[in-house]
Amino acid sequence: MSILIDERTRVIIQGFTGDKGTFHGKEMIAYGTQLVGGVTPGKGGRRHLDRPVFNTVKEAVKETGAEATIIFVPAAFCADSIMEAADAGVRLICAITDGIPAQDMMMVKRYLWRYPKERRSTAIGPNCAGIISPGKAMLGIMPGHIYQRGTVGLVTRSGTLGYEAASQMKELGVGVSTSVGIGGDPINGSSFVDMLKLFEEDPETEAVMMIGEIGGPQEAEAALFAKENMRKPVIGYVAGLTAPKGRRMGHAGAIIRAFGESAAEKVEIMRGAGLTVVPSPADLGATARRVLDSLSRRVAVGT
Amino acid sequence: MDIHEYQAKELLAGFGVAIPRGGVAYSPEQAVYRASEIGGARWAVKAQIHSGARGKAGGIKLCSNEDEVRQAAKALLGKRLVTHQTGPEGRTVHRLYVEAAVPIEREIYLGFVLDRKSERTMIVASAEGGMEIEEISERSPEAIIRSVVEPAVGLTSFQAREIAFALGLEPAQVTRAVTTLLGCYRAFRDLDATMVEINPLVATSDGQLLALDCKMTFDDNALFRRPNVSELRDYAEEDPRESQAAEYGINYVALDGEIGCIVNGAGLAMGTMDLIKHAGSSPANFLDVGGGASPEKVCNAFRLVLADPKVKAILVNIFAGINRCDWVAQGVVNAVKELQPAVPLVVRLAGTNVEEGREILRDSGLELATADTLTEAAEKVVAALKASGSTAGNGKP
Repeated sequence: MSILIDERTRVIIQGFTGDKGTFHGKEMIAYGTQLVGGVTPGKGGRRHLDRPVFNTVKEAVKETGAEATIIFVPAAFCADSIMEAADAGVRLICAITDGIPAQDMMMVKRYLWRYPKERRSTAIGPNCAGIISPGKAMLGIMPGHIYQRGTVGLVTRSGTLGYEAASQMKELGVGVSTSVGIGGDPINGSSFVDMLKLFEEDPETEAVMMIGEIGGPQEAEAALFAKENMRKPVIGYVAGLTAPKGRRMGHAGAIIRAFGESAAEKVEIMRGAGLTVVPSPADLGATARRVLDSLSRRVAVGT
Repeated sequence: MDIHEYQAKELLAGFGVAIPRGGVAYSPEQAVYRASEIGGARWAVKAQIHSGARGKAGGIKLCSNEDEVRQAAKALLGKRLVTHQTGPEGRTVHRLYVEAAVPIEREIYLGFVLDRKSERTMIVASAEGGMEIEEISERSPEAIIRSVVEPAVGLTSFQAREIAFALGLEPAQVTRAVTTLLGCYRAFRDLDATMVEINPLVATSDGQLLALDCKMTFDDNALFRRPNVSELRDYAEEDPRESQAAEYGINYVALDGEIGCIVNGAGLAMGTMDLIKHAGSSPANFLDVGGGASPEKVCNAFRLVLADPKVKAILVNIFAGINRCDWVAQGVVNAVKELQPAVPLVVRLAGTNVEEGREILRDSGLELATADTLTEAAEKVVAALKASGSTAGNGKP
C-alpha cells in the first residue's frame, strides 16, 4: 500500500503535448507509471508518446478510465484545468504549475466542494513537485532514483527540501511509502492535515515526516491534529528560521504576516504537540532513521 | 506588489469609496498649486513611501497657509524617512500627496485580507482605528470584528450592515459604511489584491465617512491580468538588486549576513540559510535560481551575490530535480573565470547529472572547494570564511 497512487493508477496529463508535459511524461512512463493518455484542447485524435491525445478531460476519462491527472497547463489557465478535471470526475488532481493567482485557487477550492463527498476530487498542489510512491508510480517532476521504497510517509511544501530528505534517508537505508508535495502557495488543494489523515490510515506507513516553512497556519494545525488523532510518530521540520518578517521567500506563501507564522513559533507548537523536531535540514535522514529504530525497538520489547 | 497611498485612494475612489480631496505633487510649487486647487484652509502634506507609521516618522505635516505647504514640501522631498517598516536605512521621499484636512470625530480600522485559514477573503474591522492592527489585537482583541466572505456570492449587503452596526455607527453613517465595504470588496476581488487596508476610516463632524489613509497589496501572480495595477509599480521603492534579480528571473531577498547563497528551490534556499546559522555564521541573502537554471542564469546569480559588499564567502547548494548539475557546474566555472570572486566559494551538487557536474568542476583547473552533503557544505563554507578573515581578500581561487 501507499497513499494516493500506486502501480495500477491510470494517469493522464493535462498540457500533454507541451514541452513540460512531454519531458515529464517520458520520465513518468520510464518510472513505470500507468500513463494512459493526455489532454491538449485542439489536438484531440493525435497520438503523443505512443498514447492518445484528447480535446477534453471528459473524453479522456471515458476512453481511458483515468483516475488521476497531472497538470502542466500555464498559470493563467490552470484553475480552469483543475475544475475541468474535477467536473470529469477525476479522483486525484495534481497541479505542478507555479504562479496561479490566489483568488483563482479560492475559486477552485469552492468549486471542488460543490460535489458530494463520494465523488469529490482530491487536489494536490499547485506549485509542487507532485507525488511519488517509490517503486510503484510517479505523478510528478522529481528525480525518481533518489527515493527508496519504504515506510516513511513524506509530506512537504517545498520540492527540493523533499528531495534532500528522501536522499538523506536513502543514504541511511530509510525508504519512503509515498512522498507528497502540497506546494508553496498560500492556498493549497490539500493541506498537511489531509495528508496526515491518509498516512495514519495507510498500513505501509510507519512514521510521517512533515516539512513545512514560514507563512500560514498549516504546520500548527497539523501538529495539533497529530497530537490528537495520530498513533504513528510524526517528524517535523520548518524551513526559514532566519527569514525576516514581512519578506516573501520565493514561494508565494512563504511570508510571515501574522503571529504564529514564523518558523520558531511553528517549531514551538510542534514540540508542544509531541512531534520529533528536526533542528537542521542536514539531520532529516538521521532523524527518520532514529525514529524508525526506536519503533522497531518498541516492537521488539513488545510495548 | 505594494503601491502608494495616493494610488490606492484613486483606485478605491473608482469603486465608490469616499476620500478627502487631494492631489499628488513632485515639487514644492506643485504642492502649493494642489493646495489652492483643493481649496479650504487646512491641508495635510503627506510623504509617499511604501510604509505605514509615516506620521510618527515626521512624514505627515499639517499646514494652514500656502507658505507652510511650500515649507513642508521642501522639507519632505528628498528626505530619508525611517519607520519600523522601512528598516534602519529608511526610504527617500520622491512624491507627496496634498490633501484637504478633515474634522475627525472618530477613527475606525477596516481591512480586507486573504485569510489562509479559511482560504477566503476576510474582513477585519475595529471601532478603535488610528493605530496598527497588531496594536489593536494586543490591546483589545475583543474589539476586533471578523467576517468571512463566501467567494461564490461575494460580500453581501447584510454582512456589510452587520459590520457597520457592530462598529457602533449611527444609522445615517451605516449606509455610507456599506458603500465603503462593498466598494473595497469589489476592488479587492476585481484587482486581485491580497490586502486592502483603510486606517483610519474617519467619521467627520460634518457627517462624512472618509478613507484617510489607504494601503493596498496585490498578488504578484495575478499582475499579468491587471495591467492598470502593474503600471503603478514604483521601482524606487525596491532594493535595486531585487529588481535586477527579477529581470534575471531569479528570486532574491537581501539579508544582513556574510555568506552569499546560491540555491535552487525556495524551501532548500531557506533551509540553507538556516544551516549557515546553525554552523555559526549568517546568510547574506535568500536566492532561488529556480528550475531549468542555465549556465548563464547561474552566472547572473553570482553577479547578484557579488554585488553585495557584505558577502565574505559563497555557498552554492543545488539539489537538481528538473535542473541539471552539469549546467549549474558550467555556470559556476564561467562565473569564477569571468567575475573572479575575491571570496572563498564552496559548491555542493546533488541530483540529476551530478557526476557530469562534478567532472566539469574537476576539469576546470580551478581550485574549488566542493562538498557532497549539506553538513559538509555548511562546515566548509564557515571554515573558509573564518580562514579568509585573517587573509582578507585572499580567497580567490
